[in-house]
Amino acid sequence: MKPSSLNRKLLRDLWSLKTQVLSIALVIACGIGAFVGSFSTHSSLLHAREHYYDSARFAHVFASAKRAPASLAARIRAVPGVAEVETRVVRDAQLSIPGVTPPMIARLIGIDLAHPPGMNRLTLRSGRWPAPGARGEAAVNQRFLEARRLALGGRVNVLLNGKLERLTLVGTVLTPEYIYATRGGGMPDDEWFAVLWVEAAPLAAAFNMEGAFNSALLRLSKNSSVEKAVEALDAILEPYGGFGAVEREDQMSHKILSQEINQQRVWGTVLPAIFLAVAAFILNVVLHRQVNAQRGEIAALKALGYEDRAIAWHYLKFASVIALLGVGLGLALGWWLGRAMTGLYTDFFHFPRFEFVLPAGVLAAGSAVALAAAFGGALAAIRGVLRLRAAEALRPPAPAEFRPLLVERLGYARLFTPAQRMILRNLERKPVRAAVTVAGIAGSVAILLAGTFWTDAVEYFMDVQFNKVMRSDVNVGFAEPLPHSVRNDLGRLPGVSQVEVTRAIPVRLRAGHRSYRTALVALADDALLQRILDAELREAKPAPGSVLLTTRLAERLGVAPGDEVMAELLEGKRVKSWLRVGGTVRELAGMNAWMRLEDLNRFAREGAVVSGAGLLVDRAQEGALLERLKQMPAAAVVIVNRTLVDTFRETSAKNVLFFTAILSAFAATIAVGVVYNSARIQLAERAWELASLRVLGFTRGEVSVLLLGELALEIAAAIPLGFAAGYGLAALLLALMPHEMIEFPLIISRPTYLYAGAVVVAAGVVSALIVRNRIDNLDMVGVLKTRE
Amino acid sequence: MLFSARALAKTYRMGESEVHALRGVDLDVAEGEFIVLLGPSGSGKSTLLNILGGLDTATAGTLHFEDKDLSRADETALTRYRREYVGFVFQFYNLIPSLTARENVELVTDIAAEPMPAAQALQWVGLGERLDHFPSQLSGGEQQRVAIARAIAKRPQVLLCDEPTGALDYETGKLVLEVIAKTNAELGTTAMVITHNAAIAGMADRVLKLGDGRIVGEARPERKLTPAEISW
Repeated sequence: MKPSSLNRKLLRDLWSLKTQVLSIALVIACGIGAFVGSFSTHSSLLHAREHYYDSARFAHVFASAKRAPASLAARIRAVPGVAEVETRVVRDAQLSIPGVTPPMIARLIGIDLAHPPGMNRLTLRSGRWPAPGARGEAAVNQRFLEARRLALGGRVNVLLNGKLERLTLVGTVLTPEYIYATRGGGMPDDEWFAVLWVEAAPLAAAFNMEGAFNSALLRLSKNSSVEKAVEALDAILEPYGGFGAVEREDQMSHKILSQEINQQRVWGTVLPAIFLAVAAFILNVVLHRQVNAQRGEIAALKALGYEDRAIAWHYLKFASVIALLGVGLGLALGWWLGRAMTGLYTDFFHFPRFEFVLPAGVLAAGSAVALAAAFGGALAAIRGVLRLRAAEALRPPAPAEFRPLLVERLGYARLFTPAQRMILRNLERKPVRAAVTVAGIAGSVAILLAGTFWTDAVEYFMDVQFNKVMRSDVNVGFAEPLPHSVRNDLGRLPGVSQVEVTRAIPVRLRAGHRSYRTALVALADDALLQRILDAELREAKPAPGSVLLTTRLAERLGVAPGDEVMAELLEGKRVKSWLRVGGTVRELAGMNAWMRLEDLNRFAREGAVVSGAGLLVDRAQEGALLERLKQMPAAAVVIVNRTLVDTFRETSAKNVLFFTAILSAFAATIAVGVVYNSARIQLAERAWELASLRVLGFTRGEVSVLLLGELALEIAAAIPLGFAAGYGLAALLLALMPHEMIEFPLIISRPTYLYAGAVVVAAGVVSALIVRNRIDNLDMVGVLKTRE
Repeated sequence: MLFSARALAKTYRMGESEVHALRGVDLDVAEGEFIVLLGPSGSGKSTLLNILGGLDTATAGTLHFEDKDLSRADETALTRYRREYVGFVFQFYNLIPSLTARENVELVTDIAAEPMPAAQALQWVGLGERLDHFPSQLSGGEQQRVAIARAIAKRPQVLLCDEPTGALDYETGKLVLEVIAKTNAELGTTAMVITHNAAIAGMADRVLKLGDGRIVGEARPERKLTPAEISW
């Protein structure tokens, strides 16, 4: 079938504007790509999580105690709303592998090999389960094996209650409990933290836990109250050293996974909104120009009897083709992006099945939003056409009117050369268009900043945490509280130049109906290796007789300085008493409750005891020190702070690089889309004027300056605006992606600003070069024979 | 000689067909001459003027401006040639709408070697009172006179006018012709004027008739008329 004449015109118009069409389609594609990429990642994560939680029967409530008799399970099962209970023994122990000096932590979980767990079910990924009765066998979480490049059959050493035990790794396992495996710091920790599943009985025997448990998992029946179950559970376990139960929402792996899923949603909304708004703007301007350039043709169509509706539809089709091209490219981009991001997440989150899911709804929503943005842009331009009467449309538009610039009217006329005046008056005459161009370019600068400032924020955060807050090299946590004099013993270890002791007691803080499980921590009065610093790096100290809370924790509990919180210590004499909140401190990390050492000891009704120490260590003797610490049963937890930083840098570097590259490409696409289209439109409108100047003897370079000078001014104005907008957008993103444990500071370094500015300038230069080619080929002869 | 052209030819491709706009023109133009080019549409007048003005190049033949070989000049050399020696006046004035009358002239004086002041050039064309008006505030005749002021302000050696009165009414047209004649007579600028209007031929030292890309006739009026003396 032969296309109608109007459709043939449509195709030819599109073809003649192909570069512009493509550049707008690419901006739309970035929006759709970001939308589809983020939401498909969001869906994939959500789908994988829900599917996994369901099939593995992930627990609803997690409780731990010091030592509870097995018979207690029946009492727990009787709590209203509790559908299932499983108890087990879980212990952390020092882990070592020949050739690795820094100590690692193993979380040992006892399983009954004859009756596999009914909750938090394990998936065997490779190898086999430990054989019942065969001592010294363990299954390990898959990522530890991979991160440490160990093979099945490999051996590790664990310190079981002071006794070194060799375990052979016979199988790799996944669990919904450690989709994200961390010692507790919230950072990925696969190299330094292993989860080992061993036969229950020998583990219990090693820790004197026969006939007892220290960890309970609960599944609740539908519509039952989680709070009530937690409360009842706490009451039952309290006499047995209960550490306070937590619901799924507070389970570490779940919490981190959920935060990540939320981030994808935020990215998928904020970015596409900006892209599609910019695309709608450009489309509007391009169509406006197209419609104006075709006044004569539109008049002829009207004179021939075409209805307004047919003409409007013709131009809407023009917009639709661009939008659909953008949607098509965007879906492909989003598909690729989604797969790539999903792939990145497999490094952090360990699901048995993690498939890329692209829900039809996401596709439909993306397409609808893009078409709506394109139509919105197009309709504004088309309205003008429909208002034109045929005869009116046949006349050329009224000549452009200009007036002196404001500065000239104020008497500073001689400040500018004629060429500069042309540039400035053009800008002044079309302020809206100039503003739109500036806004579009500023938008791309903002996207770059908001996308790349994370590196700065994280670097700053790491610098504060590891160079200013925590300045110790090695931190030691004791198995049991020790007298203050342990400080002297530690000071005598090889390489140790400074020792500072700390006391931390697990606590549940309550205020009204809100509660939170954390630790009351006390530092020495003269502590230098660990300090309490707020976001502005001012040091804070807990006031005598009171507790100092991290602002996030105070907000979560709904308390302010002067209020009281109920503190239930989960260790020792399990003191329960009110504590006055002496102040809050906006720390970047943690949900901390600080007290003075003597206050905490008095509150806990214990003598001068400590539970951990920070050490300043001579790097050359670090190895020797760590070997000595491994031999000390009292040193239950040994953390080399450097390894935390290294692991974090390694894992985040890959992601940061990926996202920076993607966002830079996106932002450059917007910048090129805006600058190139703006230049092309101006060139079309001013070709006559510029060609006249060429006739008068102006060189190509001089003429280019007139056109590109305007763009240069717009870019120059857009960059500082974009910096401000990017700062705001970064603040918005930080606010939309709250992190319970960490407050990322809004830090944007000078190189990041420079980078964002440079990418946009580069995009401007590329656009200018493409347009420059057209300026060089201006038709000087033709321009003399036609009126503008 | 100011210009000397030998066997000048210009061929365009228009889609499938070839158009022979000029088919071998021989022409010598002396300094200070006033030449009128007559001929029907498509006779090659504009093509000839564009090649003489350095806007276009010939496909064959030679063209010299004084001792410069324009037929071998590249784009940069042609731009310099236009800038230094040629003043253009067009049917549609081709003023820059965003610049005032004075600024339109300054546009040229800024890049010329020894220009006359812009105000003086506008005075010359009788627009001393309208220096700071924008094109949209001027009548067609006034706009054309600004264009002439812009053309002569750089003291060009040759003034090339393509249908300078084509878009103007009788009275304004005469005013514009007077300015061109005055420039030729008093500044000694060589003038070449394309027109459809045979009456204007009376003002010329020499009238060239073009047809089908060739010079088909040449006449030298016995007495050069002033614009006041002609009518159409």
